[in-house]
Amino acid sequence: MKIEILGPGCPRCQSLEANAKQAAKELGIDAEVVKVTEMGKIAAYGVMSTPGIVVDGEVKGSGKLFSVEEIKQMLKG
Amino acid sequence: MLKLFTIFADIVTYNWLGLTRGKHLTEAVHFFVEDTTKIFFLLVTIIFVVAVVRSFFPPERTRRFLAGKNLFVAHVLAALLGVVTPFCSCSACPLFIGFVEAGIPLGVTFSFLISSPMVNEVALVLLFGLFGWEIAAIYLFTGLIVAIVAGIIIGRLNMERYVADYVWEIRMGEAEVPTMTWRERFQYAKGYVKEILSKIWIYVLGGIAVGALVHGYVPQDFLLKYAGPNNPLAVPIAVILGVPLYSNAAGVIPIVQALMAKGLPLGTTLAFMMAVTALSFPEMVILSQVLKRELIMTFVGIVSMSIIIVGYIFNFLI
Repeated sequence: MKIEILGPGCPRCQSLEANAKQAAKELGIDAEVVKVTEMGKIAAYGVMSTPGIVVDGEVKGSGKLFSVEEIKQMLKG
Repeated sequence: MLKLFTIFADIVTYNWLGLTRGKHLTEAVHFFVEDTTKIFFLLVTIIFVVAVVRSFFPPERTRRFLAGKNLFVAHVLAALLGVVTPFCSCSACPLFIGFVEAGIPLGVTFSFLISSPMVNEVALVLLFGLFGWEIAAIYLFTGLIVAIVAGIIIGRLNMERYVADYVWEIRMGEAEVPTMTWRERFQYAKGYVKEILSKIWIYVLGGIAVGALVHGYVPQDFLLKYAGPNNPLAVPIAVILGVPLYSNAAGVIPIVQALMAKGLPLGTTLAFMMAVTALSFPEMVILSQVLKRELIMTFVGIVSMSIIIVGYIFNFLI
């Protein structure tokens, strides 16, 4: 599974990355968490407020620091 | 209703701490207790309400709403939407690309980019709590006017060629905006209050503490001599000083309130606060990814000029 964190590297993006790693760990999923900082790529996903989170190429949410619980729901769904 | 906080501060300072009225320390303690309780109460309630309203205006929706409107109407709407749309400076770039890509004119995009950080709920709450609703309203309206006028000027300058070339080539995906239930909106608002407060509480406390010291110890009318209406340079200097203080808008406003009580004129005060919120180095660095230097300089120049004019107008009127 591939989780992408969209954002230019603001504190919220870093917290979101940490939450995503934690969520994957708690679910026992072998996930690769990557940061996407390039504006063109972020825009290509249609995300206009950072941080955004993408799971296996699908935008799951944006503009909010999602909690570990919320990310778990995204990974399950 | 805000009287409650004065009464509470009276009880704490005079009864519980047993301080004597009229002393420097008493004044400072009273100011600190009254303002911290009042400001945090207002921050929590108002940010919550604003966040619920915001949940109806994600930027994806704003963009669709603005595209293809009459130019002047679009400027006004962009400035208004800037107040309610969630924005942080790290979102400035994807937002900019999203707007331009949807065919929203450059000037309208700037009206939004100017009003969004300048007229935000944290600044408005602090102004309302510390200065009263009149000044909060003046700030809201002049802020909107600055955003509209500066956006129109930037639009007239036809600076499209100073947008980074790759921006025009991006084909933006259409992310789905999920519809939220009321429960989810309240959840979102709760999270938002927590997020904002965890970021700014230390600045608010620090700002109020410094403000309290100024209130208690700086002599009345002290600033009138240096930064009063007779010093024509006070407004531009206030604007220049305001730019580096960006992320501390929350901490700056309580200090400014204390300074105004010591004779800083309203126009200079407004100009300073607008500079703190509207112009920031980190945002310019981020925007330099999508804008060429000429456009960033123009943006900063026009916004600074508008803010300075606002400062002079209010100093002149009052």
